[in-house]
Amino acid sequence: MSKELLTVENLKTYFFTASGVSKAVDGVSFTLEKGQTMGIVGESGSGKSVSASSIIRLLPKIGKIVDGKIEFEGKDILKLGKKELLNFRGKDIAVIFQDPMTSLDPVFKIGNQMVEMICAHQDISKKEARAIAVEALKKVGIPQPEKRMDSYPYELSGGMCQRVIIAMAVCCKPKMIIADEPTTALDVTVQAQVLELLQELQKEMNTSILLITHNLGVVWKMCDTVMVMYAGKTVEYAAAETLYRNPMHPYTWGLLDSMPKLSDKVKEELKTIPGTPPDLRLTGTGCNFCNRCPYAEEKCRAEVPPLVEIEKGHFIACHRQNKTEKLARGEGKKNG
Amino acid sequence: MDEKKVILKVRNLTKEFKIKSHKLGEKPQILHALTDVSLDVYQGETLGIIGESGCGKSTFGKCLVQLHKPTRGSVEYQGENILGLKKGEMKNIKKEIQMVFQDPFSSLDPRMTAGKLVEEPMIAHKTEKDRKSRSKKALQLLQTVGLDIQHVHRYPHEFSGGQRQRINIARALALNPKLIVCDEPVSALDVSIQAQVLNLFNQLQRQYGLTYVFISHDLSVIKHISDRIAIMYLGRIVEICRAQELYENPLHPYTRALLSAIPPESPFEKRERIVLEGEIPSPIGEQKGCPLAGRCSFCKERCRNEMPGLCDRGDGHQVACFLYESK
Repeated sequence: MSKELLTVENLKTYFFTASGVSKAVDGVSFTLEKGQTMGIVGESGSGKSVSASSIIRLLPKIGKIVDGKIEFEGKDILKLGKKELLNFRGKDIAVIFQDPMTSLDPVFKIGNQMVEMICAHQDISKKEARAIAVEALKKVGIPQPEKRMDSYPYELSGGMCQRVIIAMAVCCKPKMIIADEPTTALDVTVQAQVLELLQELQKEMNTSILLITHNLGVVWKMCDTVMVMYAGKTVEYAAAETLYRNPMHPYTWGLLDSMPKLSDKVKEELKTIPGTPPDLRLTGTGCNFCNRCPYAEEKCRAEVPPLVEIEKGHFIACHRQNKTEKLARGEGKKNG
Repeated sequence: MDEKKVILKVRNLTKEFKIKSHKLGEKPQILHALTDVSLDVYQGETLGIIGESGCGKSTFGKCLVQLHKPTRGSVEYQGENILGLKKGEMKNIKKEIQMVFQDPFSSLDPRMTAGKLVEEPMIAHKTEKDRKSRSKKALQLLQTVGLDIQHVHRYPHEFSGGQRQRINIARALALNPKLIVCDEPVSALDVSIQAQVLNLFNQLQRQYGLTYVFISHDLSVIKHISDRIAIMYLGRIVEICRAQELYENPLHPYTRALLSAIPPESPFEKRERIVLEGEIPSPIGEQKGCPLAGRCSFCKERCRNEMPGLCDRGDGHQVACFLYESK
C-alpha cells in the first residue's frame, strides 16, 4: 500500500473574467500522505483557497481547471462524474470553512443540518443519524449535546459553531479534511482549543489534514509539511522543520521576517517585502516574485523557474537557488 | 516614566448599553460593556490594549473619541474633562484626538478620490481654507504615508488594503493630532503588508511625537508596537504594565492563559498550555465578583463575591487579582 493519499501535479486553475484571464492557480504540485498534516501558507490572493476548491472541484462558473492532475487514492478526480463527485465530497473529503457563523444555515437547527448531511452520505434512518450526530458533538467537546441539537446557530458562539462544523466534518469519517483558515475568525484562546481538537481527532481517526492559513504560528503547531504559495505558484515545499531551519526561497525569507515575533525587542523595525503582489492577469512570463525580490536577475524576468527538488523532500522554484549557485539569506536585506 | 506628562487620564469609565425587551412592561436588560476602566496615557507613548472579542476594546476606543457617550466616569485630555463639553468646545479637542478604524474597505467613501478624502477633515474643521494650499497639504500627507502624486486622483477601489489603510492614516494626520486611537488597524491586512503599516506607525510616531492608543487582538503585533500594554477581560482591565514585562512576568491568571495560547514561533517550541475552562461569561445582567471567577483555577470564595481592584506591584505593573493583593 502506498502511503500517498492525495497527489496534485502542476495544477492550473484559471478564472476567465471579462477583463482577461486571471491565473489564480498556475502550477501547484504536492503530495499528502495518510495521517499527515500539510499547511498551505501565502498572502491573500496567492491561490490557497482556489487550490483547495479545485481539489473538491467546487469552483465558480468562470473558474476552470485548465491543466494538471489530481489523484486521490489513485482515482483521477478530474474525471469523476457528477454523482461520484457528490459522493466524494463530504464522504472522502470534508471541508471546514473560514467563517463558522456563515457556513451554518441560520434558519435550521444544528441537529437538523447534521442529520441531513449524514443521511445524504450514509444509508441509514434519521434516528440513527441523530445518534451519530450527538456522538460527534460529544466528541468535539460540546456540553449537553442532546440539548444543543435543538439550538439555532445564532445561539452559539463562534468557537462553538466551529466545533459544530468540525463535528459535521468528522461524522462521515472522511479520509481527508480540508481546513480553509479554520481559526482566522476566532480568538487566540479559542483558536488553540480548536487546533488541539483537530489534532486529537486526527490522531484518533488517522485522517489527513490540508490546512490553509496565513498564520505561520499555526503551521508550526500543526503541520508536518508546508507549502508556500505566491501569486498562484508553489514557491517552496518542504517539511515544517526544514522550512523553519533552512528556508531557501527569497519570498519565504521575506514572509518569515515580516512576522512580528514575541521574542523581538519592543519597537524594532520589522523587515518588510517592498511592493505589492502582482496582478494575476499579467503573471506567467517570468518569476512572479521578481519585481519584489532583491536578488532578481535578467533570467528571473524572462523565464519561469521550475519547481526542483534541491534536497530530499525540499522543493523550491527559484533560478538563483540551485545545486551550483546558492544565495545567502540576509544578503539582500540591505535594500529591504 | 514618572517625568512623562499624562496626556489622557481615564477614570472609572463605564459604558452600559440597554437592551430593550420584546415583552411589554419588562425592564430592559443592561449590557456592561465597560466597567470602571481607569488608566493614564503618557505623552509620546503607545498604549496597547488587548483582549478577546467582546471584551470592550473597541467600545473603549470609541468612548475616547466620543463616538459613544460613556454612562459614568471621566476622560481628561490634558487636564480637561472632555465628557461635559459643549459641541463647539468639543470640536477643538476632536482635532487633536483622531481615530483609525479596522476595516480599510468600508471606512473610506467610495465616491471620493484619495486627495479629496484627505482634504475632507481639513474642510470639516476649517483648518486650511485656501483650496490650493489644502490640496498641497493633502499631497504632502499622502507622501508621508508612502503614497505618491499619481495616487491623488484615484478612487478607493483602485487601492489595495494596505494602501487604503495608509489613506486612513493620512486622513487622521490631516488635523495635526496629538493622540491617535487605532482600532485594529492591521488585522485586515496580510503579513507582509501588515509589517509595512506597522513600520509606518512607528516612523510617524518618531516624526511627529504622536501618542497612540493601539487596540488589537494579536499579541505579537501589540508587543511589537507598544510601550505599555493593558489587558482587558469582560469590560475590565485585569493587568497593565510595560510591554517587555508582560511577556517576561505575566501575573494575572488570564494573562498567563492568553500568552500560553499563542501559536509557537517555531516547530521545535513546546509551550506549556494553561487552559481556561468554558467560555467568556455573558456581559448582560448584574456583574458580581471577578469576571474570571468561573474559569480560573485559583478561584476562591472571595473571588465570586468581590471584584478585585487594580493594585500596583511596583514599577507601574498593575494587576487586578486577589492573589497579589496582600503581598
